[in-house]
Amino acid sequence: MSETSGNWFIRNHAKVERNATLLLGLSLVTVAIGGVVELAPLFYLENTIEKVDGMRPYSPLELAGRNVYIREGCYNCHSQMIRPFRDEVERYGHYSLAAESMYDRPFQWGSKRTGPDLARVGGRYSNEWHVAHLINPRDVVPESIMPPYSWLMSRELDPGLIVNQMQANAVLGVPYDAAMIENAAADFAVQVDPEGDSEGLLARYPKAVIADFDGQPDKLTEMDALVAYLQMLGTLVDFSTYDPVANTR
Amino acid sequence: MTKISHVGLLAVATFGALVLAGLSPDPLFRLHFGLITAVLLLGTVVAMRFATVAPKAKPVAKTRDGDVEYMDEVIRYGTIATLLWGIAGFLIGVIVAAQLTWPALFNFEPFFTFGRMRPLHTSAVIFAFGGNALLATSFYCVQRTSRARLFGGDLAWFVFWGYQLFIVMAATGYLLGITQGKEYAEPEWYVDLWLTVVWVAYLVVFLGTILMRREPHIYVANWFYLAMIITIAMLHLVNNAAIPISFLATKSVPVWAGVQDALTQWWYGHNAVGFFLTAGFLGMMYYFVPKQAERPVYSYRLSIAHFWSLIFLYIWAGPHHLHYTALPDWAQTLGMVFSIMLWMPSWGGMINGLMTLNGAWDKVRTDPIIRMFVIALAFYGMSTFEGPMMSIKAVNSLSHYTDWTIGHVHSGALGWVGMVSFASLYYMVPKLWGRPRLYSLRMINWHFWLATVGIVIYAAALWVSGITQGLMWREYDAQGYLVYSFVESVAVLHPYYIARTIAGLLYLAGAIIMLVNVVQTIRGKERQEVPMGSPVLAAA
Repeated sequence: MSETSGNWFIRNHAKVERNATLLLGLSLVTVAIGGVVELAPLFYLENTIEKVDGMRPYSPLELAGRNVYIREGCYNCHSQMIRPFRDEVERYGHYSLAAESMYDRPFQWGSKRTGPDLARVGGRYSNEWHVAHLINPRDVVPESIMPPYSWLMSRELDPGLIVNQMQANAVLGVPYDAAMIENAAADFAVQVDPEGDSEGLLARYPKAVIADFDGQPDKLTEMDALVAYLQMLGTLVDFSTYDPVANTR
Repeated sequence: MTKISHVGLLAVATFGALVLAGLSPDPLFRLHFGLITAVLLLGTVVAMRFATVAPKAKPVAKTRDGDVEYMDEVIRYGTIATLLWGIAGFLIGVIVAAQLTWPALFNFEPFFTFGRMRPLHTSAVIFAFGGNALLATSFYCVQRTSRARLFGGDLAWFVFWGYQLFIVMAATGYLLGITQGKEYAEPEWYVDLWLTVVWVAYLVVFLGTILMRREPHIYVANWFYLAMIITIAMLHLVNNAAIPISFLATKSVPVWAGVQDALTQWWYGHNAVGFFLTAGFLGMMYYFVPKQAERPVYSYRLSIAHFWSLIFLYIWAGPHHLHYTALPDWAQTLGMVFSIMLWMPSWGGMINGLMTLNGAWDKVRTDPIIRMFVIALAFYGMSTFEGPMMSIKAVNSLSHYTDWTIGHVHSGALGWVGMVSFASLYYMVPKLWGRPRLYSLRMINWHFWLATVGIVIYAAALWVSGITQGLMWREYDAQGYLVYSFVESVAVLHPYYIARTIAGLLYLAGAIIMLVNVVQTIRGKERQEVPMGSPVLAAA
């Protein structure tokens, strides 16, 4: 194609085809537009995240449980995002709000329901059920195709780096205050000890579930942490004070 | 032959990895860097074995197009790597399919559970198989269309081996449980950093070669490869923005949270498909289809319209992964509208590829490589129609969260990405190894049919299973109660999961036949067989 033939556009395009830097620059601008227009407003539009009561950062044990959830790739089969349909709301509970994952780094909405949604699984089953189910899902749900996670029962939880993780979250704006970071190790132990003094823990992390989750009082395991995380999912927002009309987006 | 300085660099890297492993308080980090040390040590030993201190004798110049000597050895390595990683990825796919079908039988806790194996499968096929196919074919195409040797000397080797190290680091990480928990972006911060280094080197080699070209114009295939490289760099850097909780620990905390993280992730995730698996492979189409058909590209103007509209529209489509979620409605609607518009450039590209065969359609009968290109474009057209349809919110309300999505991805990945890569590799192999022809054309035909039947079974099984599941979840009885429990919607899928496993085995078998064919070609063998398209009786 000669540069002298064709219309204005074709003639000028020939210049782009002859200049690699121009081609690279124009391509980058072209692909940047869509992302900027869609992503940037989410950070400044005030109604992106609803105004709700009850959201708080994860307790150290819940955060450790969430780490296990991510490590095992639970998000590959379980969503944490209830859509506003009659059947989903009746099956799983109130549709999910953006506010409910405001402290989730990374988000865990998922993309596939090989298993059911877990956004509001907290409090729906007993701790014993969760432990039995995780040890071998088919013992409690014969048709289940979930893999067993029995080895979590013997994996002692290493609290070592949880403080670093809370600090990194705090740097990014998650409201972990000095008291929360200072008491992290103690809060770890107290959440699996129903006899312990849990006043401080509950003040810092309201509605935290306190129990010897895995039924092994002498051990703090990854099973404890995972069940503690599952048992708080979707329980924080106080829907008696939530105004859906005011939060329409 | 490797240079002694390269051995030195590898040895230093090995030592560095060992020191990091030793210093870390994080057991997973120690384990992972221990593994990386072992891999690098092996590399050092192998490199030392082949190292030479004597000045490298100038090899007999294989001149093409005047005095240009192409750098093809790295492409030969890339071709082999593509095939081997492909077979590994397909095999892992069959295993995870079997795990969903017979969970008790295929239970390999803790390292090989479905949750760890699924990212291994997706990364193996996308980044290991697809990525190596892109590296090999882009290096092949850019040298020949620019009539220039790869820029940067040994930098292309760094790109190749650096990319393999990235794959090994990512794969071993998943099995150990080291993951960011973001789909298709699972590798943790230090692996991401390493990939960034390798990717920048890739850009330098590719762009440098274009800048050194002896042709006035940059060929259209290279526009697509270049847009892929720069866009993937942008997506990778933004989506993986994170701060490590310690420089000696595996874990990092993403900079984005909740709803912003979700859209950033699917802006990344959809365009990993759009650029890595589409734009890059369209580059392959624009070079290898005209070459194999021995016809020029159908329309120059359509190429221009195709290129700019495709890269402009694709980037907007991410929010269709988040329909009816807590993402604001305006973003969902934008995502849907642009996804539907995307149908047009996608089909424009398909038409440009298919119409290139004008005047050469008889080759579909006699040339199984052309046949493979045609089916690849047909599957491309099919899945780029299905995608926009699934992005319509009403359709998505049924299809989302079900196997329909998985089926859609596989008709694109197995049908388009897989087939166009196989065909391009079949084209390159005899030329790269200086053989008059491939070992066997009839084996390509076997590969073609095994793969095609596999894809059709796969897609059909998952359409039925996805729609079944979607309908069961929303089924109400006359009294207004939900009819099915969740687990009933799991149990009913068993037969389709068996069909999917069989489909995966067929596809894998095709790839193994390809490996045999390629190995025999490299060894210089030629199978005596009845030519394609001629009646068997005529040969007798």
